[in-house]
Parts: sequence; C-alpha cells; structure tokens
Amino acid sequence: MPSGETAISAEGVERRFGDLAAVDGVSLEVKTGEIYGFLGPNGAGKSTLTRVLCTLLKPSAGRGSVAGYDVESQPGEVRLRAGVALQEAALDDKQTGAEMLALQGRFYGLSAKATKARVDQLITLVDIGDALDRRIGTYSGGMKRRLDLALALVHDPQVLFLDEPTTGLDPVSRAKVWQEVRRLNDDLGMTVFLTTQYLEEADELADRVGIINQGKLVAEGTPTELKRLIGTDVVIVTVEGDPALARDALDLLPMVEHLEVNGPSLTLSVSDGPSAISPIAVALAQVAEIDVIELSLRRPSLDDVFLSVTGERIADSSAFMASASASRNPQEPK
Amino acid sequence: MNSSTTAAAPPVTRIEPKNAGFLRDLTSVAYRALRAIPRDPAAVIPALIIPLLFFVVNIGALESVAQGIGVEDFRAFQLPVAIVFAVTGVSRASDLVTDIGSGYFDRLLVTPMSRTALLLGLMVADLALVMALCVPVLILGFLVGVEFATGVLGALAFVLIGGLWGLAFTGFPYAIALRTGSPAAVNSSFLLFFPFAFLTTSFLPLEALTGWLAAIADYNPITYLLAALRSLLSEGWIWADLWPGLLAIFIVGALSFTLAFGALRGRVSRG
Repeated sequence: MPSGETAISAEGVERRFGDLAAVDGVSLEVKTGEIYGFLGPNGAGKSTLTRVLCTLLKPSAGRGSVAGYDVESQPGEVRLRAGVALQEAALDDKQTGAEMLALQGRFYGLSAKATKARVDQLITLVDIGDALDRRIGTYSGGMKRRLDLALALVHDPQVLFLDEPTTGLDPVSRAKVWQEVRRLNDDLGMTVFLTTQYLEEADELADRVGIINQGKLVAEGTPTELKRLIGTDVVIVTVEGDPALARDALDLLPMVEHLEVNGPSLTLSVSDGPSAISPIAVALAQVAEIDVIELSLRRPSLDDVFLSVTGERIADSSAFMASASASRNPQEPK
Repeated sequence: MNSSTTAAAPPVTRIEPKNAGFLRDLTSVAYRALRAIPRDPAAVIPALIIPLLFFVVNIGALESVAQGIGVEDFRAFQLPVAIVFAVTGVSRASDLVTDIGSGYFDRLLVTPMSRTALLLGLMVADLALVMALCVPVLILGFLVGVEFATGVLGALAFVLIGGLWGLAFTGFPYAIALRTGSPAAVNSSFLLFFPFAFLTTSFLPLEALTGWLAAIADYNPITYLLAALRSLLSEGWIWADLWPGLLAIFIVGALSFTLAFGALRGRVSRG
C-alpha cells in the first residue's frame, strides 16, 4: 500500500460484553507507514479494539478495516496482511523456537526454503543464539517476547499489531523491541498499531497517539500536539495543609491555564513556566498562607495529557485496574 | 516518522503470504501434534499400560470362569477389549486446552489457516497414535497365543477398526475442550468411557448377560464393535458381524464430531 493511504480505520467501533461496552464508539484512522500508539490504562479497551481489528472479535457496532479489507466481512484478507503479537507471548513450550517459526511460515503458504530464508532474517531480532533449537519451555520471558514478535513477522505483514509488546520486559529487551519496531517502520514502511500503558513507549515510538479511557477515545494527535493541549509547561506543587486553599489562591493567577488537584499535589499548566514560578510561590505563601513542600517545573508529559483529559494519572489508573483485577481473580496468572 | 535505525540488522525483503490450503494446514497441525507426543511421554504411558494390565489381569482372573460358560478362547475374547481400552479417549484435547489457555490458539486464529484443519489435524494425529497404541497390545496377544482366523489382513483390519473407533470417540473430549477451555473438564472426560466400556460384553458374551445389563449392552455401540473385532480373530470375515461394528463406529463418530465441530464453530465465531 502506498504511503499516505489508510492502513487501519475504525468507524464508531463498539464491542460489548453483555452490558459492558469495552470499546465504546471508537473512530480512528492510521495512515500507511505510521506508528500509532494506543495509550491507556489496564482495562481501558486497548486490547479489545486490537482483537476486533485483527479479526479475533466481531465489532458489536461500527466497522473496521485493515490494509483496505473489512475486518468483519473479509477476515481472511486481513489475516494475510496483518501480523499480530498479543498481550501474552503465545507460544508452545513443547516446540523449539525454530520449529515454531517454520510452522508459522507454513500457515502463510511459505515454502520451506522461503521460511528458512525468512527465519535467517529474523534471527537478529530473536537474538537467542543456539536457544532457537531448544524447547521454548526453557526460554526466559524476554526471549519468549522476542520470539513472539518474530512469529508475527514471519509472513512480512503490511500492518503489525503489537499489544503491549514490552510489558514485563527488562530495559535491555525493551530497547531491543523498540529498535526493531523503528527499523521495520523505517526500512519497510510497515504500519504499526501499538498498544501500551507505558507513556515513554508511546512518546518514544509513536508518530501519533490515541488515548483511550473507559472504552472511549478521549484525545488524539502527535505527542507534541497532545502535550501542547495542556499548555507549554507544567508546574507541580506539593503542599502541607488543605490543597483546596492552594487551589483557590492559584486559580486567581492569570498565567495558570489549567489546574488539577491530586492529593497533596497540584499540577498547573502554565504558558511560561520560568516566569510563573515566582507568582505561584508568592500566591501560596501570602494569599493561601500554606507551606510548600516541593515546587518543580518541567515540560509536559503524556501522563499530564492523560490527567488533563481523564482527570486521573495513567499510573494510578493502571494500578487501580490491576488491583481490581487481582481482587476479582486472585488465582488468575498475570 | 522516527528516523533512527539500527545498523546491525540485515535488510528485509518483502514476501507474499498466501493461503496454504486445507491439506497443508491439516498436515502442519497433525505434524506439530505428533512431534509433541514423545516430548510428553507421561501423557501416553497410561494409555499404553492400562490395556496391557487389564488384558493380563482379566485373563488371569476370569479365563477358567469364562471357559466354564462356553467361551473357548478367552484370550482372543479379551484382546478386543484391550484394544478398546487402548484407543478410547486418547486425544490431543488436553494440548488443545493448553493452547487455548496460553493464547497460542488465538495466534493460530489470526493466521489464515483453515479452522476445520485446526481440529481435524489433531484428530489425524490421534488416529496415528491410537493405531500405534494397538501394536503393543496386539504383540502381547500374539505372545499369549492369540491367532487371527482372518490372517495378516485380518490383523491389519483389526488395528484399523480399533483406530477408527478411537477416532470416532475423540470428538467428545474435543467438544469438552472447546466448549469449556478447562483442563479439569477435559481430564474428567474419560468418565464418559466407563459406561461404554463396562456396560457391554467386556467380560462375558451377550448370551451370558441378563436383566438390565443385557438390555443396556444391546444398545451399547461397543457391544457391536467387540463382536466385529472378535469375529476377525475367531471366525473369519463374517460381514454380519463386521457391518454392525462399522455402523456403530459411524454413529458414535457422527455424534461426537457434530459436537466437536459445533464447539469449534462456537470457539472461533468471534461473537
């Protein structure tokens, strides 16, 4: 597909499980050659939308297409053109890595010779040396994740779906996956749809980011555009005492464009951070008469964007969802 | 677009994926399943030992009793029972449940492979395995003096019929695996085997059974399967015994395959 054409589209996609709308009317478009980061906390609907787009689930409403083919009426065409690495590394512990790669090639109609050539190309990514001929049950988590990604790439897909590809990986393995995603995108123009709950991953890799919360797409744009949404700079103030008093005092300052209270901390979006520090300190000390424990200035992050559009931080939200999930399913493996 | 690249990675050429075709999908699934069998011998050893043990114990305990009520060659009478014990309920259903639990089943579903081949390939592997499991039972039978009235061809037919029965029965554990995705439920599926295996002519001929057991044995497909296998051993090519046995296999197979492929449709429906 030529660059600039639509590689992935979702038009009002809904996916319900009983009364629960896991994905609630999401519309988005990913151009060929883009890396699209789909950012949200656990349980936000990222994986469900991914499963709809890669033909594992039918949408309850709306329509989706991948590489120009409808996910509901032309799933076979979509499967030929999409590579998928789902949230958990989906492997067979009784097979060796080499056997799994060869088997995957057979399912896409590759000859033994073509599969071998392809596996030789992917060995750099897998980077598990002689272990490729060992059974997968002996692999570490990082080795399994890299093999899982290689399996998704055996048939050289036009569109690659990566559902939280680095969750649970050590920093070195994570960097390797990021490197490979960039290479696939740069060298082959492969379109990548990447779900993540890691802000730095979306920031580092994605050309555009969609933020999903409670099944709805709440913001979309390049990381820079999204950060601009909340002002140029962010000031974080931690106070001792009633943060409501601090909020009332800071609300009076004209340079404060947006203000969020999070426990004893206040996050302020300001147009010119360095010049705002002094008036903020004065307002807290003299107007609110409240002690400041910490006052810092930084560039906005995607977490600030998430806070701005959802009212909570993604880390808090993820922790809450993980805790809720664990208490619902205490025996369920992670 | 991000511009950083890695220097070490080799150039990647584009390839054209296509549908592999039903036969290739089928053989791929079957080959993977067969390859896994020797890597997990604990899953097969009971299926090998139990029929041999039953065969030896039944002969030791019941041979003189059976001869007393007119069974001339009790060893030949028991060999088909050992075969039924060897092949019934042997399936890759527990591997299928593992695939469902690990997410590998979903990985298969995002490939363009035939959904039918996904299950039928496992059943082909089962057929190969159960026919292989018949061999040691048959060898033990020869060692204790059992002979085939139908000769070598009859022995081959004996193994084939045993294999087809094993295949016909596999639909039940697969249906349970695909409906529940539960290893415990699949492990319990062998309970289905007991009424089939014991409420029949496993130990005594039909004429010696009385009351409710005789009535149930009349409707038990294994009664006809055992009659077919026994006729190959003791009487020759008696089609009046063989056809009902083959029909019993067909009926059980039709029922279990309907349940299994219905469960497969439900599992892959994306609904």
